[in-house]
Formats: sequence, C-alpha cells, structure tokens
Amino acid sequence: MSPTRSRALFSGILVAGGLSLGGIAAAAEQPATPVAPALPPASGAMLANACTGCHGTDGVSRGPASPTIAGITKDYFIDTMKAFKDGKRAATIMDRIAKGYSDAEINAMATYFAGKKYVGHAQKTDAAKVAKGKTLHKQNCEKCHEEGGRLSDEGGILAGQWMPYLHFQMEDFTSGKTKMPEKMEKKVKALKPGDLDALINFYGSQK
Amino acid sequence: MSHISRRQFLKLASGTAAAGLIGAPLVSSGAAKKKVVIVGGGAGGATAAKFLRLNDPSIEVTLIEPNTHFYTCFMSNEVLGGDRKLDSIKFGYDGLKKRGVKVVHDTAVAIDAVSKTVKTQGGQSFQYDHAIVSPGVDFKWDAIEGYSAEVAEHIPHAWKAGPQTVLLHKQLQAMKDGGTVLICPPADPFRCPPGPYERASQIAHYLKQHKPKSKIIILDAKDAFSKKGLFEAGWTKFYGYGTDNSMIKWVPKSKDGAVKRLDPKTMTVYGEVNDHHGDVINIIPPQKAGKIAFEAGLVNDKGWCPVNVQTFESTIHKGIHVIGDAAIATEMPKSGYSANSQAKVAARAIIDMMNGKEPGTPSYINTCYSIVGPDHGISVAAVYTLNKAENKIVPVKGSGGLTPKDASAAHLKREMAYAHSWFANITNDMFG
Ligand SMILES: Cc1cc2nc3c(=O)[nH]c(=O)nc-3n(C[C@H](O)[C@H](O)[C@H](O)COP(=O)(O)OP(=O)(O)OC[C@H]3O[C@@H](n4cnc5c(N)ncnc54)[C@H](O)[C@@H]3O)c2cc1C
Ligand code: HEC
Ligand code: HEC
Repeated sequence: MSPTRSRALFSGILVAGGLSLGGIAAAAEQPATPVAPALPPASGAMLANACTGCHGTDGVSRGPASPTIAGITKDYFIDTMKAFKDGKRAATIMDRIAKGYSDAEINAMATYFAGKKYVGHAQKTDAAKVAKGKTLHKQNCEKCHEEGGRLSDEGGILAGQWMPYLHFQMEDFTSGKTKMPEKMEKKVKALKPGDLDALINFYGSQK
Repeated sequence: MSHISRRQFLKLASGTAAAGLIGAPLVSSGAAKKKVVIVGGGAGGATAAKFLRLNDPSIEVTLIEPNTHFYTCFMSNEVLGGDRKLDSIKFGYDGLKKRGVKVVHDTAVAIDAVSKTVKTQGGQSFQYDHAIVSPGVDFKWDAIEGYSAEVAEHIPHAWKAGPQTVLLHKQLQAMKDGGTVLICPPADPFRCPPGPYERASQIAHYLKQHKPKSKIIILDAKDAFSKKGLFEAGWTKFYGYGTDNSMIKWVPKSKDGAVKRLDPKTMTVYGEVNDHHGDVINIIPPQKAGKIAFEAGLVNDKGWCPVNVQTFESTIHKGIHVIGDAAIATEMPKSGYSANSQAKVAARAIIDMMNGKEPGTPSYINTCYSIVGPDHGISVAAVYTLNKAENKIVPVKGSGGLTPKDASAAHLKREMAYAHSWFANITNDMFG
C-alpha cells in the first residue's frame, strides 16, 4: 500500500525538520526576555513506557482484551495512531490518548515498539471453528495478513492477538465505524454468518 | 541556559539515545556498583525497582517493604461487589527478585540525606547513591472526632487493601436486608478521587443482588467529585438514582455532608446539624504522605512531599526521590497509574543523574477505570508533559478526557473488558 509508505516517509522528514527548526529558534532567542528553552524531545522509550500500564511491559499484553502492540510495523503503528488522533478509527480510549502526541513522538514510539518482540497468546478456542477459520483465512485473508496472520506489514498482527480485541475490531469494521481497506471489505462482506467467529478462533489458537 | 551549554546538552542527549539503542550497560564494568534503595513496594516502588533493573542491570536495587504480599487497592472495590476474589488482588515479590532486586521485608524508620543511609526497624542500614520513597498515604486520624487506628479495626476505611477490605466485605455480608451503609469520603486531595464513588457502585451492585431493601448514603466532604456525571448516569441505570427508591443517596458538603464526629458505640456519624445511623460505616479519612516521609523530613506544611517533577527528586533533600501518592505531582491525580508512570520517569532520571547526564524530557500518562455495574465501565485518561518553568505536570492540550456522555452500551461493555486488561497489565508491569 504505497500511500501508507509515503505518509510514513513524510513524517520522518517532519521529525528532522522539527529538530533543525528548534535549533534555529534557540539560536534566535534573545536574552532580553528569558524564555525557557524548549525541552529536547522525549525519547521513544520514555514515551512508550507510559503506555505499558495498559498494553503490558514492552507492549506485550496479558489480556484479556487490550491488544499486544509489540512488534507491529512502524507503518501500521504510525497510520493507526494518526487514525485514532483524527477520529478515523473508532476507539474507546485511544482517541483521547493519541491526541496527546505529535507526529515526531508517534514516530519515536513506532520505532520503539517495532523493535520489541511480539508474543502471541494461544487462547481457549473451539477446534472445529479453528479448522474452519484456517481454511477461510487461506481463501480470504492470507494475501494481506501473511503467514497465518503472523506478519503485520500494513495490518496489525492477528495470530495470537487477544480474541475479544479482534472481535471489537471486526465489529467496528463491519458496522462501518472504522473504514476497512477496500479489498478487505470485499472479502469480509462475502463472509457468511459464523465465518468471522471461526476466523478469530483460528487467530486466537496461534501462538 | 547559554547557547553553548544547550549545544553540549543536545550532544549529550543524542549520546544517551545511541547507548540506549545498542543496549550497552551505562556503567563501565570496572566502576563500583551504583546503589538505589527504594522504600515501599507498592504501585510506585515496585515499578521503580523493575524499571531501574530493566534500564540498567548493573545497578544494585534494594526494595524495603514490610509485607511479603501487596494487596492492590485497584479492583478491591470489585471484591466488595462480590465479582472478584481477594486472591486476585494479591501480589508477591518473586518477579522482582528474579530481576535481581534485593527485597528486604522490613520497615524503614529513618533516612539520612547527608550520610545517604536508610535505617530499618530491624536494625539494618542501607547505603544509597539515590533513594526512592513511595510509601503511599497515612491517615489524619484526628480529623474526625472519635475515629482512630483502633476504631478502624471495627469501622474500616478499606483505603489500604487487604485485611481492611476483608473486614468491610464481611460486614456487608453480615448486614441485614434493609440496612444502611454510610460511605464518608474526604475533601481533596486524596488517594484515588473516583474510588469512593466506584465503591458506592460496587456495594450497590452487591446489595441489589442480595439485600435489595438496603441503602447507601455517601456523606461527602466535597460538593463535586471525579467523573460525577458518568457515575450518576450509571447509578440511574442500575440503582434507581434520582428516584425516591434510589439505592444510593449522595449528600454534598453544602447539604451538611461533611462528617465531623463518629460515635462508634451507637454507629452514628455527625455533621454540623444532622446525624446518620449506619449498619455498616466506611470512613475514608483525610490523608497525608506516609509516615516515613515525615520522619525523613520530606514533607511541607500540608503533609505532602514537594519534588522537582522532572526527576521526582525532593526539593528539600537531594538524592531522595518521592513518587506516588506521597508526592506533590500537580496536576496528576493520586492513582496507581500515576505512581507507575512517575516511577518510570524517576528511574530514568536517576540513571541519567548517576551517569553525570542531564535528565531527559519526561512524559506521563494517567488513566482510571471505574466499574459502575455489570458490563458498565467508565474511564478518565490524560497525557501529560512537563512545564519546567512552573515545575508542573500539565495535560497536553486537546488530549485526554472522560468516556463520552453518550457512549453506547457496547462501548461501556468494552471499557469493562479493557479495565480488567488494564489491571492484568499494570500489575504485571509492577510486579512481573
Ligand atoms: C479503593 C481504591 C481503588 C483504587 N482504584 C484505582 C484504580 O482503579 N486505578 C488507579 O490507578 N489507582 C487506584 N487506586 C489508587 C492506588 O491504589 C494508589 O494511588 C497507589 O497504590 C499509590 O501507589 P504508592 O506507591 O504511592 O503507594 P502504595 O501502593 O500504597 O504503596 C506503598 C507501600 O509502601 C509500604 N511502606 C509504607 N511505609 C513504609 C516504610 N516506612 N518502610 C517500608 N515500606 C513502607 C507499604 O507497605 C506499601 O506496600 C485506588 C485506591 C483505592 C483506595
Ligand atoms: C487506558 C489504557 C490505554 C493506554 C494508556 C494506552 N492504550 Fe493503546 N489501546 C488501548 C485500548 C483499549 C485499545 C483498543 C482501541 C480502543 O478501544 O481505544 C488500544 C489500541 C492501541 C493500538 C492499536 C493496536 C492494533 O493492533 O491496531 C495501538 C497502536 C496503541 N493502542 C498504542 C498505544 C500507545 C502508543 C500508547 C501510549 C502513548 C497507548 N496505546 C496507551 C488502551 C490503552
Ligand atoms: C487487501 C488486503 C487485506 C485483506 C484481503 C484483508 N485485510 Fe485485514 N487488514 C488490512 C489492512 C491494511 C489492515 C489495517 C487497517 C487499516 O489500515 O485500515 C487490516 C486490518 C485488519 C484487522 C485489524 C487488526 C488490528 O490489529 O486492529 C483485522 C482483525 C483484519 N484485518 C482481519 C481480516 C480478515 C479476517 C480478513 C479476511 C476475511 C482480512 N483482514 C483481509 C488488509 C487486508
């Protein structure tokens, strides 16, 4: 998905731009009115560690519902945080939180969490649903959510993600509260009742 | 700050980032071990111990805490409501020991900022380079006439979890149907501003199922409270709030809600003019910093600890950092999430200071979930940044806030699931 990529690149430029602008501002500062110098940017780790009270140490959630955010790609992280911020992605609380961060800060956190190891949680699932979900996944979702949903790339990681969270996301997608990527929407709309539950059982059965 | 020092500072800051990236220990192997002593193994102290070791395993971290287990206040109201077992809010220190934290079960009785030593009741003495103090709160026992530590053995505050939670729970179970429960919250500032109202909700949840003729009266020393609109909406939905038959009644200060005196024998509390009889009474007394903060001379005239909020170093005694409920961290509320967030800021600052570096820019979050009824969770959240000039922690403009007033039932149900996730994750972030 190229728009995603270019957006990520663009915000990279913004960080660099922000820093040099800051430098100019500091140099131009007149001692006549002593203004406190702008603070240097907080580190990615400092920013990210404030999130782990909800998302778990290093972004690995202990469940039962909050998503693990360790190991998701920078692109997806940046895109989804901006979607929360702009109200494009439905949320119970992340909209309120994402609004607290600049693009540069979101970038720094994206790098931090992308560098952490994803840990999937195999949950209690229904074997028949898992088998059905596995087939459905191959037919409809594997193209973008590769390796059984293990690779994140442009989407989040699905394999071993907390099942209530996956249900909530799919509810927001199917109700139209959050817009799905067009091609994903086509696939999801073609699913029969019970198919999504089977798919989520499949993802929840993985480590 | 002159231009030269600013440039040097930026250089230093980028140096830190680079070292952090390759994960190199910040202290060279030949140097003497740096020592941090932490007083209090609760929300703040446990997090600080873990994150000091995570950030720099070369630091010797000693955690002094009298109890072998910590009962979290967070989610203790669900124990009163009957949906949670006490065991699920009990945490030990094995996780921290595995991370190399030296856990000493003793009580700190003195801290000498000059010789940099912490002394314990058991006669031990610990040398430190930096100390962290996170003792939580103590009660102003003399604020309500007739209430005392001894009386609290029968009339619980349950504002420190564990035996006090059990006592209040048992009293609710023993109460007759049709009884009256009095909850008496203090004026600000106190530990967990939404806590008394979540408690009223959870007790109502229990009574509705088991003793539906009973009533709860909240006798408040305030005229407003945290998340008031959201609580009242929930009470209306579940407990008939606003009707003649409401299970919960809230009496603000302006209506003589503030309790002045307690007669434990007759189980009566007194305001300026009115008195109320309770079958179960829960008094939440006004609070101050934990005792050790007084003994170490870390408090101001109001009984809380002034700190530099960039590092949480005491503005009274150098080398001692105060975090959590005991610290003045305006505008962060006194909560477990705040204590957890502040601990990480303090841990990072201490490592920087011990390595002769300028402490980095902090970032903080607070969130408080409250469970009002079945599948009905509400929250408040805020992202904070440092206002260095005013030494204040200020919310980032446009961020944070409450669960929307018009949130759907599905939204509130999700928030309940996320509240339980928060509990699992934050306790693991502290003790795991
Ligand atoms: C009913 C209730 C519900 C709550 N719900 C929430 C919630 O949902 N979310 C939230 O974020 N917060 C909540 N809180 C608030 C939260 O519990 C506190 O803000 C938090 O525990 C403060 O952390 P602390 O480290 O300052 O103190 P504490 O967690 O109380 O830890 C202090 C520790 O220090 C030890 N200690 C004290 N003196 C000494 C000494 N001299 N030597 C050695 N050790 C000592 C104590 O034994 C204790 O273990 C709630 C509180 C209550 C009462
Ligand atoms: C109060 C708890 C809480 C805090 C604090 C919090 N989150 Fe979240 N996060 C959630 C919840 C709940 C969701 C699910 C969306 C929703 O309902 O808001 C979520 C979802 C996310 C997602 C989407 C994951 C995916 O797979 O799509 C990302 C990314 C994320 N959070 C990042 C962060 C970052 C970064 C921070 C810190 C700046 C943070 N969160 C702080 C609770 C929290
Ligand atoms: C054309 C590519 C594509 C296909 C096919 C696709 N998806 Fe997605 N999916 C995405 C992208 C991209 C996202 C990220 C959401 C966004 O950016 O809007 C996503 C997000 C998701 C999420 C949310 C992840 C999170 O962490 O919040 C779930 C769940 C999901 N997809 C499930 C499915 C399922 C189930 C299928 C098959 C029925 C499917 N997807 C098919 C591209 C696809």
